[in-house]
Amino acid sequence: MAEARIQVPPQVRRGEAFEVKILIRHAMETGYRLTDEGKPIARNVIRLITCRYNGVEVFRAEPSSGIAANPLFTFFVSARESGELQFEWQDDSGARNSERASITVAG
Amino acid sequence: MKPSAQFPANRRHARRKLLASAAALPLLPAFALAQSEPDVEVAAFKAFLAGRKAGTGRLTLDIPRIADNGNVVPVRIALSGPFAAGGEVRSIHLFSEKNPVPQMAVFHFPQAVARVEIESRVRLAGTQRVAAVATMADGSLHAATADIIVTVSACIDGS
Repeated sequence: MAEARIQVPPQVRRGEAFEVKILIRHAMETGYRLTDEGKPIARNVIRLITCRYNGVEVFRAEPSSGIAANPLFTFFVSARESGELQFEWQDDSGARNSERASITVAG
Repeated sequence: MKPSAQFPANRRHARRKLLASAAALPLLPAFALAQSEPDVEVAAFKAFLAGRKAGTGRLTLDIPRIADNGNVVPVRIALSGPFAAGGEVRSIHLFSEKNPVPQMAVFHFPQAVARVEIESRVRLAGTQRVAAVATMADGSLHAATADIIVTVSACIDGS
């Protein structure tokens, strides 16, 4: 777990909306599956993902078990100034993770 | 047992009403096809709307017509502008008709953004209708629905 791949353009122009892509390695366990012994596997899905741009929240996703394993989200953010995108997510088990990506704004 | 005279009469009345509504049914699909209004078959979507009107045409919901694997179905949601002050998007809800958890995801936009487009991958438990609804800052709604045939459903029965 704990891993995520983030894709942002190397450079963006001020005022433009740029695409952000985040792929998190996570089973997104639905809670409906059983082990080989027939015991239910507890639900464990990522329930919250936030993206902050230099500290200001710009996107938030609340997934459920309806989001596929290894969740992928792409969305757009308006370029303001160079800095950092900070991602945070947590799952039902209480595990929290974070990742960062730097962004360069030209113009 | 003595037969009640009142009860069958009521039943007959109910049946007549049912027949009347069934007769009106063939007219409905024509409206649905025209997409004049998103249909509200997706229960969670209907519950979310709670009688409010949702505009169509601005929100696009792209999913494949046929998915071989219900475990990983690509979804794209896009809302076309312009996003004037008060008309920014606040959230987008994504609903499934048949999933055990009908609300697949909610996306929030705390800051105004010039381009509203989301891609993700969902799980779908069988052939069904999927609905998306965008809530704008002024409270107005935009909705879109799409039908998908799922050949191998996402597992929900523990198999």
